Amino acid sequence: MAGNLVNALADLKEEEAIKIVKDRLNANEDPLKILGDARKGMEIVGKRFADSEYFIPDLVYSGEILKVVSELVKPKMTKEADSKKLGKIVFGTVAGDIHDIGKDIVVFMLDVNGFEVIDLGVDVPVQKFVDKIKETGAPVVGLSGFLTLAFDSMKETIETVKSAGLRDKVKIMIGGGQISEEIKKYTGADAYGKDAMAAVTLAQGWIGGK
Amino acid sequence: MEKKWEELTPGEKQEELFNRWLSPKDPQGNDLKFQSPQAEKAYKERVTRIKDAIQLKKLPDRVPVFPMLSFFPAYYAGYTPQEIMYDYDKLAKAHKKYVLDFEPDVNPGIGIPTPGRVFDILDYKLYAWPGHGVSPNSTYQCLEKEYMMADEYDTLIRDPNYFFTTTYFPRIFGELEGFKMLPNLANVQEMPFVGPNLVPFGLPPVQEAYKALLDAGAEALKWAGAVGAFGNEMAALGFPGGAGGFTKVPFDTLGDTLRGTRGIMIDIYRQPDKILEAMEALTPVMIDMGVSATQMAGNPLVMIPLHKGADGFLSDAQFKKFYWPCFKKLLMGLINEGCVPLPFVEGSYNTRLEIIRDIPKGSTFWTFDATDMAKAKKALGGIACIGGNVPTDLLSVGTPSQVKDYVKNLIDTCGKGGGYAVANGVAADDIKPENMKAMIDFTKEYGVYKK
Repeated sequence: MAGNLVNALADLKEEEAIKIVKDRLNANEDPLKILGDARKGMEIVGKRFADSEYFIPDLVYSGEILKVVSELVKPKMTKEADSKKLGKIVFGTVAGDIHDIGKDIVVFMLDVNGFEVIDLGVDVPVQKFVDKIKETGAPVVGLSGFLTLAFDSMKETIETVKSAGLRDKVKIMIGGGQISEEIKKYTGADAYGKDAMAAVTLAQGWIGGK
Repeated sequence: MEKKWEELTPGEKQEELFNRWLSPKDPQGNDLKFQSPQAEKAYKERVTRIKDAIQLKKLPDRVPVFPMLSFFPAYYAGYTPQEIMYDYDKLAKAHKKYVLDFEPDVNPGIGIPTPGRVFDILDYKLYAWPGHGVSPNSTYQCLEKEYMMADEYDTLIRDPNYFFTTTYFPRIFGELEGFKMLPNLANVQEMPFVGPNLVPFGLPPVQEAYKALLDAGAEALKWAGAVGAFGNEMAALGFPGGAGGFTKVPFDTLGDTLRGTRGIMIDIYRQPDKILEAMEALTPVMIDMGVSATQMAGNPLVMIPLHKGADGFLSDAQFKKFYWPCFKKLLMGLINEGCVPLPFVEGSYNTRLEIIRDIPKGSTFWTFDATDMAKAKKALGGIACIGGNVPTDLLSVGTPSQVKDYVKNLIDTCGKGGGYAVANGVAADDIKPENMKAMIDFTKEYGVYKK
């Protein structure tokens, strides 16, 4: 078979990746195996991003190629992929802040590194975090925020988690635009991450998977 | 003036614009009456201080302090952002209180909060603003989406103005849906062409759209009156306005509110040539936007908020191919008309410093957010004025003495030889007033140059 899907994805060769996927589907290959290779390609993309070899356009484009590949493969799937995930992470941009680009990048990096991310979106009400933590039993929570107004939202979210009796059950990381060590102390979070890779490292430290 | 404007060199044009800034006019075009000789002296000292820091010809009397504001005056004066976006008296009152209590080297003007009612009237979709999608106590925030589709580059390139009017406006303004039907007015050349091209203006959706636009225009005029009156009042009290105009880097124009971050990042791979062509088409528009504003305002500074070229956003090769060429054309287009570009560098620019050095000396003023200021001074010292970097986290949760230490270190690192202004890294919202005060007062005390 011509070409290797893992490499085509890792090298962001969209047309090549699509051709390989179509050929393999025509050869009646197990769709799950094809998706598995696509995943491996995405892991390499994640690594290259972590090593500053890839930047945001490359990451966004890899996600786009994966989307196209998944759309080709999905109709042929008879069973769901049994993904062995490392652990759950509840993630969202805090109340009052609607920025999602940074959050999406972190979620993407956590996902390609094997974590199951429950993405609550943007402008997430405090109670929604609490409810999701209870519902999923996730041991890690990620709070994102771009505006300085997010400092207080993060603080309030963490206080609410505490008063719901969940604070010692979760590790909380924060990140985004102006977040720093000072803001970590201010909000009562366990750690702050400077970039998407820092979030992965933190999650690996708390959940495992390195 | 002996020579006509067109005959002046860029340097002479810049000097002329600084002179206009130094001698402000009232709305009738006469010399502005200062409230007192002291106010006049303070005004001229402030403009001269900034001018000297930018031009790099003379050492300023001290390091200027140039705070960057978002809704700080509202929070400080006890108003919500919603209140000052809808009540122009409160808007002016909040900003006046800020200027008089803190006495910064520039007054921020009251343009940044923008008139809420205009957006209500037009049913604006591009942003959430206090009371519309975010709480009354929040600031306005952009709602990123593809407002220009991937297959619309050619329409934009052919005629940006027509594209904005008939495609972009109906998407971002709910009430301007009817503009989809507008003709291209360049079609109206001879008598027989007039009738057919005017037909769309008779259609009910177009007439509805114009009614909304006229209402919005009337409101905008009311707001502009308040903005102008505030600027004059502050100038008369000795506080020059901060920036004469705004513009954007063509890559950001495309990437922020037309294609969106996701869209433009994918276009880098799928249709790179279209991006380059579209940026060429937008560059003259972006230059004119800055130039015409400075001519109106009589203030050479043109603020350019920078977004998608920051470290991490683009690789070095992508920055050099997609971001910098039209950014440089924009800078040169502004500089050639005597403007002083004021790039407001969000995020960090550590990997871009060697590239952006390639600009004429003494004609730009860069304010940085998270860029390493020692590196910035090393790269741009003797070439451009730099400032910024007082961190928002520190201003929000730190103490005045921590702020002073930070500013001291900045002045020690960057102040030597001039070409430096103290400023916060990103536009301030609800930071601690005592920290703002510490930043300003300490600069005045410690930033004096010994001649």
